Amino acid sequence: MVRVLIPSGALGLGWDPEALRRGIANRPDIIAVDGGSTDSGPSYLGRGVSKYARASTKREWGELVEARSEAGVPLVIGTAGTCGAGTAVDWLAEITEETLRERGLSARIAILKSDQDRGALKKALAKGRIAPLSPAPEISDRIIDDCANIVALAGAEQISAALATGADIVIAGRATDTAIIAALPLSRGCHPGGAWHGAKIGECGALCATNPQSGVLQIDFDAEGFTVTPLAEESRATPHTVSAHMLYENADPFVLYEPGGHLDVTEARYSAIDGKRVRVEGADWTPSSDYTVKLEGARVAGHQVMVMATIRDARYVANVQEWCDHVLAGCRAKIADRLGIGYGDFDLELRVIGMNSTMGALENREGNPVEVGVMGLATAGDPATAMEIGKILNPYLLHHPLTREEEQPTFAFPFSPAEVEVGPVHAFCLNHVLRLDDPMEAFDLVVRNVVHA
Amino acid sequence: MPEVREIAEKVRSKNAGPFWITVDVFCGTEEAFGRVRDGLASEAVAELFCTPPGTLRRFDIPDLRVVKFSFPRHHVQGDIHDRDMHGASYASLLAEHRLD
Repeated sequence: MVRVLIPSGALGLGWDPEALRRGIANRPDIIAVDGGSTDSGPSYLGRGVSKYARASTKREWGELVEARSEAGVPLVIGTAGTCGAGTAVDWLAEITEETLRERGLSARIAILKSDQDRGALKKALAKGRIAPLSPAPEISDRIIDDCANIVALAGAEQISAALATGADIVIAGRATDTAIIAALPLSRGCHPGGAWHGAKIGECGALCATNPQSGVLQIDFDAEGFTVTPLAEESRATPHTVSAHMLYENADPFVLYEPGGHLDVTEARYSAIDGKRVRVEGADWTPSSDYTVKLEGARVAGHQVMVMATIRDARYVANVQEWCDHVLAGCRAKIADRLGIGYGDFDLELRVIGMNSTMGALENREGNPVEVGVMGLATAGDPATAMEIGKILNPYLLHHPLTREEEQPTFAFPFSPAEVEVGPVHAFCLNHVLRLDDPMEAFDLVVRNVVHA
Repeated sequence: MPEVREIAEKVRSKNAGPFWITVDVFCGTEEAFGRVRDGLASEAVAELFCTPPGTLRRFDIPDLRVVKFSFPRHHVQGDIHDRDMHGASYASLLAEHRLD
């Protein structure tokens, strides 16, 4: 039996401290926590930074480092620093060393990096070793060169290799959410379908149970399947809460592709052991003939400036779409004329908050808002041009009249400067898999010992 | 006919990676599951989300009393024209959709 303690769905979301103490007292074999996801958008991968505050990360990670030391078991984090790029891994490694020094703790640290070399990827592309998933953007040597960061998602093999170094702490770059949980049960011979299925159920901590924000989940893996136990006093797992987690952020709730094969839970059976724990068996794992890892990449798509006005005048609120159409037409012509650029060289959009700013063309309801916000987004190839466009837009959003005859109106600007530099905007530009001969060939593993008396 | 939200317990949407949106309708009771399953034509849902019918994936899951739809994003997550980074607002469109 292998007992995995999962403190939280992600480092940065916190946990119930009493439940974590209970988890440590239950003598886990490993503590596993996810450090990131693509869910916050491409900017974090593009810039190679974390979305969470350093202070929050240091506080939470410090508690886990301390708990690991007390339990004497490995602690593993996957997709460190939100995106799992090398700079984000280094950031967490630095926080780890600082924490060990401040707390007077020693540890053997394995650092697994998932960053991909552009030259090697271009060769792999030429050799037909990169295949598209659906839907996949077009790729080329140029796109690969344009990416600020490209990472591959590590699977159980790479996490197991990191654990096999005898590391107390594994800081992994981009990895599948499941790999960090499945790796130890798989390497100790637990049921492969059960290991991957349990890992998927546990990837978000107690989200597969009631009181999901308590975070802490324990999963016991064995030769037939796994048992789920949420550790907060009032948190309960039921066959429904556990099986429903297969829906979460999965396009297909029954089949999950991982490096080296796929999981099929169609035949899985979920049964209540008591009011709190659930037993699961019956998932199937099929190894694939090729070993592939998924790639993620982000490149700069442009530089953006935002200008926002709020409109309270009832007549303007009632005619805001017509007003926006006028503003856009006039403003685009002026941008092309004054900056000497074509309409295809920039993007200018007005989103009406209070009308359809969330759903855009899909919106099918109409309301009667008291006021609306008009958010102008100017995107161009360089920051200076984006700022020039923002400044050309500014007087339109402040004063543009619905008709020529009326007195010049003035709308509300909520802050000054009115032009807010959003900065570079990134785009995800890979939805592909890379075929490997050896699972470690696209990953980099180093070990260091940190000793404090 | 009633809207989905009047029959189902909850409608949730999320990203399923940067390229897909997935929408889960939790029906609660067997009766509600039957009404939602039979009252939501896949063609109507595809039209609601402006996705070609061939790209809409549908799962009717009686054990969970859930009807699930997945479709490729119009704008990849974080594209300059993407308006909902986490994809959680698509649920409202389906919750307000009238059953057949």
